[in-house]
Amino acid sequence: MTERMTILVCGGTGCIALESNEIIAALKEKLADVGLTEEIRIIRTGCFGFCGQGPIIKLQPDNITYVQVGVEDVNEIVDEHIVKGRIVERLLYVNPRTEELVKTSEEMDFYKKEYRIALRNLGLINPEDILEYIAMKGYEALAVCLNERTPEDVVQLIKDSKLRGRGGGGFSTGLKWELTAREESDEKYIICNADEGDPGAFMDRSILEGDPHSVLEAMAIGGYATGANIGIVYIRAEYPLAYKRLQIALSQAREYGFLGKNIFDSGFDFDVEIRLGAGAFVCGEETALINSVMGRRGEPTKKPPYPSVSGFRGKPTSVNNVETLANIVPILLNGPEWFSSIGTDTSKGTKVFALAGKINNVGLVEVPMGTTLREIIFDIGGGIIGGKEFKAVQTGGPSGGVITKEDLDTPIDYESLKAIGSMMGSGGMIVLDEDDDMVELAKFYLDFTQDESCGKCTPCRVGTKRLHEILDRLTRMEGSPEDLDLLEDLSYNIKYSALCGLGQTAPNPVLSTMKYFRSEYDAYAYRTKRIAFKIIEDKCIGCTKCARVCPVACIEGSPKRPHVIDEADCIACGACYDACPVDAIERP
Amino acid sequence: MDKEHLNMRSLDVGKLAALNNYISDLSDPEGSLINILHRAQDLFGYIPINLQLHIARKLKIGAAKVNGVVSFYSYFTQEKTGRHVVSVCMGTACYVKGAEKVLHAMLDELGATKGKATDDGQFTIRDVRCVGACGLAPVVTVGEKVYDNVTVDDVKRILDEYRGEKRGH
Repeated sequence: MTERMTILVCGGTGCIALESNEIIAALKEKLADVGLTEEIRIIRTGCFGFCGQGPIIKLQPDNITYVQVGVEDVNEIVDEHIVKGRIVERLLYVNPRTEELVKTSEEMDFYKKEYRIALRNLGLINPEDILEYIAMKGYEALAVCLNERTPEDVVQLIKDSKLRGRGGGGFSTGLKWELTAREESDEKYIICNADEGDPGAFMDRSILEGDPHSVLEAMAIGGYATGANIGIVYIRAEYPLAYKRLQIALSQAREYGFLGKNIFDSGFDFDVEIRLGAGAFVCGEETALINSVMGRRGEPTKKPPYPSVSGFRGKPTSVNNVETLANIVPILLNGPEWFSSIGTDTSKGTKVFALAGKINNVGLVEVPMGTTLREIIFDIGGGIIGGKEFKAVQTGGPSGGVITKEDLDTPIDYESLKAIGSMMGSGGMIVLDEDDDMVELAKFYLDFTQDESCGKCTPCRVGTKRLHEILDRLTRMEGSPEDLDLLEDLSYNIKYSALCGLGQTAPNPVLSTMKYFRSEYDAYAYRTKRIAFKIIEDKCIGCTKCARVCPVACIEGSPKRPHVIDEADCIACGACYDACPVDAIERP
Repeated sequence: MDKEHLNMRSLDVGKLAALNNYISDLSDPEGSLINILHRAQDLFGYIPINLQLHIARKLKIGAAKVNGVVSFYSYFTQEKTGRHVVSVCMGTACYVKGAEKVLHAMLDELGATKGKATDDGQFTIRDVRCVGACGLAPVVTVGEKVYDNVTVDDVKRILDEYRGEKRGH
């Protein structure tokens, strides 16, 4: 018997952390209780994208989306919606602008501007069932390539689409494949870089969790185009679920003969193996990644030779990012003209952005290149939490920079972001509000890069450490105006002399924040920044201990009532903090 | 380095056998060193010096090479961890939402040092790289369990869940 209804439950890392697996178990149990097991199908899908509203479940064909669902809501959903056909209104999304209830995802502001190519199957199919991928035209593009096209044709199609690498660099994917294809060698390799090291970006994780076959199919196509018979997925150990789903997909694809010997009777052999990363940001750099894949320290090597000439085991290798690969199959199914009709002059197609930080709608969104930051942050992202003032958005992670209010209307593509001092990077967007301290932010990133520096070249190993020390000195109010010149000098020095991309871009967060928020640096350097401790009103019991120890008598309040620190007079000595018996005092 | 570091007999025989089996099934053991170390850490909880030496001998490569790889990657630890490993995500999304305060509150609450097991062997508090669950920031994980939107006020409650437990994980 065919099912009359399907319940799609998000099975991404975020929603699983919020107990979506328990929701599935409870749904199954409840449906069995009411005798509907045969009629209702439950599918655990990949990420819906709107992580801030998780766990999300969607009922089809009614096309109703419920948000922030808990295990305790399961009975009501089944009894009301499934049995009686009445929508459970309290679980609908509320539009924060209009306060209206929103029944379908299409009507949510978050999805209105979305154009899904790389994320096309996420939230739609069960990633652990190859049949569902096949039903979405899965492995059709591979069959067509192997039987009807030459490898040169495939390379040309990808070149015509003008697809550029989504991992950050923006290098033409077709050209990358051509460079590897051109090399004569007995063995070649194609590597999928799934070492998503940029903190705050999670599109690659979501794609691998939600649609692993699209990446495997693209790797087989890339293998055919470049002449590689072995593909390697290099994936972060921090992503256990993506690793597991990839393994399941791999064995299913082998079982169906889409990977292995003589695929589709074409005589082409291709198989994929998975190698785990172990937490090293520098492994995003392709030469470092290749070393790590070979079981060594992930240190970069000098280019040339490029991996397309001498990569894995010294053989021609192309390294492609997950999101880039997820674009390959749609390009081949719909034609390169279709793909290149989307986007801007220089950047075609779409880009997935991970919205996070002080933004209302946290999640993953895929929009056409050329969408403005304002649309992404305010229309899709719903603006800043708590109605606070937007200060900046950080893109490109530890290699990128900040973009301020003035540039919000910039249409996003590889070139425009570079022109305003940031970069596309992998697509992480951390939104910052008026409370965020830009010098502290720069220090945070330098703490990250100096820790992640592999130590091979001096400008990066020593330089990033010194940058971090200067920033640390400044934020402790122990710096001087000369430190700012030193920061700038050293930054440019590292930028121009470091060996690999990590070092060359490491000073970017400093340079970019200095450019746009110089006054914040000055306030630290000239020691005019006001730093003060604060009393949390709700916690203060009015014991008066803080007022008694304050050396400058800047704490006022009567006994048994919340006290207040006069921030103008506070010298931030910390005496009150130590004296408080109830942790009611907040450090600056 | 004292002798205890090199005492090969202190390694659990059963776990060693499991690791040896894993290694002998590999087609390219040396190239799979990182996967082997992952397996070793899964089995033993950490990768002490004597275990590194064991792996080096098994692969017929230098122990310095194994140590070079272990110490390079932040995911591997050479220190014995506490019964409960509490990981505070330090990705940017978590950072701007106050993860650093949460980390300090965790350390203060237990009087612990970051990355070192507490004296009673119950906890290791560590900071980790972005776990990619930015929608839940700040995120803390204890073993497999994920805590979302953690604030300083939640710290004691989270730790209390594990304090009473007597059995191992």
